[in-house]
Amino acid sequence: MRSAGGYRNRSLAKTIDWSLVFCWLILIFIGWANIYASIHATEPSSIFDFSSRSGKQFVWMATALVIAVTVLFVFPARLYESAAFPIYVFVIMLLVAVIFLGIEVKGSRSWFEFGPVRFQPAEISKISTSLMLAAVMSQSGYRIGRWKDFITTAAIILLPMMIIIGQSETGSALVYVGFIFMLYREGLSGWLIFMVGMAILLFILTLTASPYTAVLVLAGIASLCICLYSGRFRWWLIICVPLVVLFAFVPDILESIAAAGQDPALVEEAVEEASAGGSWVTKIKPLYILLGAIGLSIPFVAYQAFRERNTFTHLAIISSLAGIVLVFSVNFLFNDVLQDHQRKRIEVLLGMKEDPSGVGYNVNQSMIAIGSGGLTGKGYLNGTQTTYGFVPEQSTDFIFCTIGEEWGFVGCTFIILLYVFLMWRIVKDAERSREAFTRIYGYCVACCIFMHLFINIGMTIGLMPVIGIPLPFISYGGSSLWGFTALLFIFIALDRNERKYF
Amino acid sequence: MKFNRENKLLIGLCTAAAILIAKLFTIQIIDDKYKMSAENNTMVYTTIYPTRGIIHDRTGKILVGNKVAYDLMVTPKEVEKAKGFDTLALCRVLDITPEFVREKMAEFSRNRRRIGWQSVVMIKQIPPETYMKFAEVAYKFPGFRGQARSIREYPYNAGGNLLGYVSEVNANYIAKHPEYKAGDYAGMTGIEAARENELKGEKGHNIWLRNSRNQIESRYRDGEMDKEAVPGDDIMTTIDAELQNYGQMLMNRKVGSLVAIEPSTGEILTLVSSPGIDVDQLANIGQHYKEISTDPYKPMFNRAVQASYPPGSVFKLVNGLIGLQEEVFTPNTHYPCSMGYHFGKNKLGCHAHKSPLNFEESIMMSCNAYYCYVLRSLLENPKYDSIDEAMDKWNEYVKSFGFGQKLGSDFPSELGGNIPSSKYYNRVYRKGGWKATTVISLSIGQGEIGCTPLHLANLCATIANRGFYYTPHIIKDSENVTIDQKYKEKNYTMVDTTHFHKVIGGMYRAVNSGYGSGGTASVAAVEGLDICGKTGTAQNPHGHDHSVFICFAPRDNPKIAVAAYVENGGFGATWAAPIASLLTEKYLNGEISKERKALEERMLNGDLLDRVKVKR
Repeated sequence: MRSAGGYRNRSLAKTIDWSLVFCWLILIFIGWANIYASIHATEPSSIFDFSSRSGKQFVWMATALVIAVTVLFVFPARLYESAAFPIYVFVIMLLVAVIFLGIEVKGSRSWFEFGPVRFQPAEISKISTSLMLAAVMSQSGYRIGRWKDFITTAAIILLPMMIIIGQSETGSALVYVGFIFMLYREGLSGWLIFMVGMAILLFILTLTASPYTAVLVLAGIASLCICLYSGRFRWWLIICVPLVVLFAFVPDILESIAAAGQDPALVEEAVEEASAGGSWVTKIKPLYILLGAIGLSIPFVAYQAFRERNTFTHLAIISSLAGIVLVFSVNFLFNDVLQDHQRKRIEVLLGMKEDPSGVGYNVNQSMIAIGSGGLTGKGYLNGTQTTYGFVPEQSTDFIFCTIGEEWGFVGCTFIILLYVFLMWRIVKDAERSREAFTRIYGYCVACCIFMHLFINIGMTIGLMPVIGIPLPFISYGGSSLWGFTALLFIFIALDRNERKYF
Repeated sequence: MKFNRENKLLIGLCTAAAILIAKLFTIQIIDDKYKMSAENNTMVYTTIYPTRGIIHDRTGKILVGNKVAYDLMVTPKEVEKAKGFDTLALCRVLDITPEFVREKMAEFSRNRRRIGWQSVVMIKQIPPETYMKFAEVAYKFPGFRGQARSIREYPYNAGGNLLGYVSEVNANYIAKHPEYKAGDYAGMTGIEAARENELKGEKGHNIWLRNSRNQIESRYRDGEMDKEAVPGDDIMTTIDAELQNYGQMLMNRKVGSLVAIEPSTGEILTLVSSPGIDVDQLANIGQHYKEISTDPYKPMFNRAVQASYPPGSVFKLVNGLIGLQEEVFTPNTHYPCSMGYHFGKNKLGCHAHKSPLNFEESIMMSCNAYYCYVLRSLLENPKYDSIDEAMDKWNEYVKSFGFGQKLGSDFPSELGGNIPSSKYYNRVYRKGGWKATTVISLSIGQGEIGCTPLHLANLCATIANRGFYYTPHIIKDSENVTIDQKYKEKNYTMVDTTHFHKVIGGMYRAVNSGYGSGGTASVAAVEGLDICGKTGTAQNPHGHDHSVFICFAPRDNPKIAVAAYVENGGFGATWAAPIASLLTEKYLNGEISKERKALEERMLNGDLLDRVKVKR
C-alpha cells in the first residue's frame, strides 16, 4: 500500500499519517478535560467558560488546529528545508530580544506579551533548531565523525541552549540535551552518550557519597572499559578488582591508624614523633593516595597502549582525567554555577536534605496526589488532592497529578503508552523516509517530546528534580500547545510530502 | 529484528517508559503511604469541646456551673448559593444591627478562598432564649445554623477574682502551654486557673471526609476513629458560698479585701477583693475585657493576695510575741506613754489613754509607745553583737509567721509582700548609718513592711491556733482531687506556743471591754461569740488612712479567723472592724442579731469609692 504507484493523485486520507493526528487529538482533549478537573473546585464554572483556564485552553486548542491545518496545507513542505536557516537566525534574535523586551514571569525573562497573549520564544526555538539541524546534517558529504561537522552541529544546539540558560530557563535548556539521541542515530559514537551518563553519575556520587568514591568508581569503570576493549578481561578480574576493593577500605584503615595514634599509651612511646608531626596519619587524605596510585599506573597503561597502537586506551585515559577534573569541580559547579532553587531541588531529589515544606513540599504533595489514585483512580472530577490546591501549578507543570489521582495507574499507563506510540510512530515514519532531512527532523521531534515527557512525569513522581517544563499537548498554555503542534505537524507535512511523491 | 541504532533507541524509549510506569506502580499500587497521606489531607476534624468541671463550695453548693449558649455559624458559600437572605429579618430575631451583619459578611467575602465551603462563627454565645427565636425561623436562612457550646454560669456572686475567668487561649498562652490549640478555652485566673488540669476535661473529635468540592461528605470509617469528649472533673473548694456572697456585699463600693480562714484547717472560707469583676461579665469576659482592664479601680488586681499593704497596728501583735520570746520584756512590764514615744527631738505619736500600761492593755488600747520600747529593746538586745544581727533575727521571726514571702497557697498569682532586713537598711543608710530609732515605725507596722490581706488573715489564724498555721488553701479533698500534703502540715512560728494566750487576752479585751474602757474594737463585740480582735490604722500619705482589722472567734476552739482591709477607711474600728465582725457573726450565727442590724445596714450601704484617689 505504501509502495510506489499512483502517487500523484493520492487522496488526503492516504497521504497523511492519521495515527499521529489522532494521537495528537486524543492528547489535547485529555489535556483539556484534566485542566478543567484541576481547576473546577476553586473556580467553579463551565468547562467552556472563557475566563477560566479550561475555556482558554479550548481557544488555544482551536487556534492550534488552525496552525496544524496551515502547516499541513498552506505552506509547501519544501519551504521548511530552504527556510531553515533564516528561521533559525530569526528565532535566535527573538531569544536574545526577549531578555531585553520580555516581561518577567517567576524570575525569568522569557515571555513576550502581546495584549492578552503571552508567548515564549523558547517554545519555537525547538522547532527552528530541529529544522536547522535537519538542514545542515542532511547535506551531502556531512559526516558527524568529522570534527568540522561535529562542531557545527554542536554549535547549532548549544547556541539557543546557552541563550535560554541566560534567561534562567534551565529546564527548557535541558531539553536540548535530548538531541544527543538523534545525533547517535546519525552516527555519533555511542561512547558520547556513555560519557554524558558517566558525567551525571560522577556528579551524583560526588555529592551524595564523596569525591573519593567517585574517583574510585571512575577508575574501576575506566579500567574495565580498557581491559574489555583490549581483550584482557581476566587481567581486570585479577589485578584491577582487588585493587579497587583494597582502596575501598583505605579511608577506614587510615582512620583506625589515626585513632590508634592518638591512643595515650602509644603517644608516650613516640613523644618525639607526636610532637613533631602531630598525628601525621590524619594529614594524609585517602584521595591523594588514590590519585597517586592512578598517576603511577597511567604511564604504564599508556606505554602498553602506545606499543599496541591502541587509540581507544589513550582516549579512555584522557576521558578519565577529564572525569577526575569534573569530580574536583563539582563543588564549584554545584555551589557557584547553579542557582539557589536549582541546588535545593537537586538536594531534595538526592535525599541530601529533607524539605517537606519547601521544595520537597511540591514533590511530596504531587506524589501523594498520584499515589492516592491507586489502580483505577478516584474518577473524573473526584480528585481531592489536586482540587484543594495542595499541589502547586496543577494545571500547567503538575497536570500529571490530576491524571494520576483521578484516572489512577491505568490512566497514567495509558497516557505514557500513548506517548510511546506517538514517538515510536514518528521514529518509524522517519526511518521509512528517503530524505535525510525528514528523518533527522523526525528524530528531533521524537527527542523533544521524549525529554519533556520524561522530565515532566519524572518530576511529578520524584524521579527527577523539579524542573518546570510542560507535558506536551496536555499542560495548560497556548504557547506550549502551539509550539508542539507546529513541531509535530511540520513532521506530518514532511512525511505527507514524501508519500505524495514517492 | 536488527540490532541497529534505530532499534537501540526504541529499546531505550521503552526502557524509559518502563521506568516511569514501574515507579507509578510503586507509588500507586504497592505503597500505601501516599493513600494515607491523601486521607489526612482530606480529613476534617471537628472538635467536640468538653464541658468544664463544676466548682462546688465547701458544702456542695455550685459556685460555678455550666449552661448552654449557641454560636451562630454561617457557611458563606451556601448563603451565596441561596442568593442572599433577608438581613433585616435576621437582625430582628437576633437583636443585632444590619451594619454588623453586613460587616461580617463582607469580612467572610474577603476571606472566601480560605473559608471555601467551611462554616465560620458569626456571633458567639447567643443565650438560649434568643437562639430559640432564631431556630423557629432558621429555615428562612439557608447557610446559617447554631452550634451549641457550654459556657460558665455563676449562681453566686462569689467574685470574679476568686473564681477566675475562662477564655479562648491566645498565642502567648499556647507558647507556654503547647498542649493547647487555637480555639481551646482555658482558665486564666483564680480557681479556674489553679485547677485547670482537673477542670478542663478532654477534647473529643469527629472525623469527616471532604469531597473534591471541599464539602463534608461522610464520616471517616463510620465514626470508628471518632473520640468522645470527656467532661472535666468537678472540684470542691473551701469557700463558703453564702459567706463569700455576704462578704462581696459588705465590701461593695469599697476598695480593699476581706479574707476568712478556718484556723483548724487553713481552709479559706472567703476571699473578697473589691472592686472585683462582676460574675455577670465573667461568662463573656471577651466582650467586657477592655472595659474591665481600663477601669481606674483596677478590678482585675486581686488585692487579697497581691496588694502589698502596711499592716498598721495589727503588726504590734507580732512584735509583742517576738519580744516575749526574746525575753526583752514580760507581760507585766509597764511602759509609760505621754501621747507618744519621744526620742531625741522626735516623737512617734499616740492617742490619749491611761499610762503606764502593761502588755495586755497595750494591745487592748493599741498603744504606740509600748511597741517602740519593745522594738528598741529587741534591736538593742545585748545578746546580739550588732544591730544588723538583731535586725536579721527579727526578720527571721517575722518570716516564720509567713510574712515577707508567698505563703504557698494553691491560689495562683499570690505575691509575697516585703519584710526588711539589715541588708536593706545598710543599702539605704549605709552600714552603721542607722539605729533602732531610725526604723522605729516598724514597731507599729508602718515603714518598709508590706503584706497582703491573706498574710494578715493567716496571722490571725496563727494566733487563734496558739502558735501554728496551716498553709491557706482554697481546694478541698474530693473524689477527683487530692490536695498536696503540705496543706495538712502544721507550720510553727519561732515563738513558743505558751506566749500566745497573753496576746489573745489583749485581743479579747480590745473587743469585749465595752465602750469607755479604752478598748479599741468595742464595735466588733457580738454577744456570746467571744470575738478576739485587733484594730489597725495604716497611715496613708496619699489620703485617708487605711482601716484594718483582724479577729477570730470564738476565743476557745476558734472556727473562723478574719482579716479586713478597707482602703481609705480611716480608723480600724470605723470600717474594717464592723465588716470583719459582721462576717464572723454571719458565719457563726448564720444571721445578724437585731442590735447589729443598723450597723450592718451602714456597712452594706457605705460608699468609699469617692475617697479613693485613682488615676483617670
